Amino acid sequence: MSAESQIQRWVNHPAVQPIVALPMGWFREVGDVATLFGQAIYWGTRPPLRFRQWVRALDFVGWGSLFIVGLTSLFVGMVFGLQLVYGFRQFGAENQTGAVIGIALTRELAPVFAALMVSSRAGSAITTELGSMRVTSQIDALIVMSVNPIQYLVVPRLVAGTVAVPMLTMFANVIGCTGAYLVCVHLLGLDPGVFLDKVRWYVDGADVGQGLIKAAVFGLTIMLIACRQGYYATGGAAGVGMATNRAVVHSAVAVLILDYVLSAIITGSGISA
Amino acid sequence: MSRASVRPSASERNAVLEVKDLKKAYGANEVLRGVTFRAEPGKINVIVGASGAGKTVLMRQIVRLERPDSGEILLDGHDITHLGEAALEPHRRRMGMVFQMSALFDSLTVFDNVAFMLVEHTDLSQTEIREKVMRMLETLQIDGTADKMPSELSGGMKRRVAIARALVYEPALLVYDEPTTGLDPITSRTVDDLIVDTAARAGVTSIVITHDMASVYRIADRVSYLYKGTISYTGTLDELREVREPRLREFLDASGVASRG
Repeated sequence: MSAESQIQRWVNHPAVQPIVALPMGWFREVGDVATLFGQAIYWGTRPPLRFRQWVRALDFVGWGSLFIVGLTSLFVGMVFGLQLVYGFRQFGAENQTGAVIGIALTRELAPVFAALMVSSRAGSAITTELGSMRVTSQIDALIVMSVNPIQYLVVPRLVAGTVAVPMLTMFANVIGCTGAYLVCVHLLGLDPGVFLDKVRWYVDGADVGQGLIKAAVFGLTIMLIACRQGYYATGGAAGVGMATNRAVVHSAVAVLILDYVLSAIITGSGISA
Repeated sequence: MSRASVRPSASERNAVLEVKDLKKAYGANEVLRGVTFRAEPGKINVIVGASGAGKTVLMRQIVRLERPDSGEILLDGHDITHLGEAALEPHRRRMGMVFQMSALFDSLTVFDNVAFMLVEHTDLSQTEIREKVMRMLETLQIDGTADKMPSELSGGMKRRVAIARALVYEPALLVYDEPTTGLDPITSRTVDDLIVDTAARAGVTSIVITHDMASVYRIADRVSYLYKGTISYTGTLDELREVREPRLREFLDASGVASRG
């Protein structure tokens, strides 16, 4: 018996199968997403570029998510300010609140929350839309009409995610800081000059840049996952529902894992001792 | 992607499609076991068969939505069986397809659905596209639906829009997948009339895949019977009425539809 079939026998053994199924599923998922990304690069660099589709996707992913990203980042900033002032007052360091809020928002909270909101709102909708198109043969219709569906459907959404999430992150930075300012200064009595001075002093372009790089990677990743799940959906309405569910869960997990990996790479620490 | 501004002449508008010894399996499930079939140019060629006989799989190979395991698909003598996506494009543009459930793009209006091929593949101006689309909608008597979304249409209307979408680019081969499935008898008859009118007016070669025998007797020039992954019979309607082949006879009798004429 060859080594390969021996491995297959082990993998398919009833006792082993449930243990390997999960990581195998993840590997398959990563492989599918990478393949879709490769196809998107190939088709995205061939004419026609269909800018109208790109603008439509950008409008849906970016402009459409503006309100929900603004709302969540406002409350994230507010609650973060509240907790920090409460904590820092224990040892008389509440003047540092502006610095910590500025750094935490620009580097971590704004890109992560913006990505999670885009994933929940636009990513899930894109999976459902593409999934419905798949199960009702609309994607087949595109192929028969000599229009490559990756180029027509996937590429504009990937571009939109990569561009829109950094823009939404900048918006979330501003709104989040505003929320924190309102709570810290107007409700908890922090000095406004000190708060703003600390933000200005400690937050620099590198912090904002770090957040924007992460946001671009998050945006691309969540769109890739959403498009992959929708584009290859099977099993009718129930299958589309499951695909949407997977898209949201996988996107959230991917964003949080990527957040650590990117932070470790950018800061040059946290990978090895 | 090159954009065509010149349409094929009438003589190029009735393609010959030949399928030779086509095989397709999904794992251990052999669906097509050597299908050989020829669609006569300018005629309505109907492929009938019971559910699960492989009709839809055959249709998916013909329009190259899937690649067969072996065999040949020839469109006007050109072997398109193993062509890549880019090489397939000029051949695909000679084909139109009406899907079983219409497959209209539900994010686009009826007008945009019908105009889709013209916008994507021609250099026609907005005005020319509008004229062409509106003329097509008028021909199919659905000109009042131009600004509606597909979700606002009945099943029969959707089928008409799907036919308009397939026809507007003036294909040489038109493939219908179960065009009357899910429609009431009166709407089915209307769609059948439309298929016959389209073939007569445009001279296009039509392949209709169906199990609706009432429809077959109304539209067919030639009928092929797909049984367990092979074409077991091909003949005209008159020949079909006299057929003795036991499996096909059983299928015809079970359909409970009296042949016309």
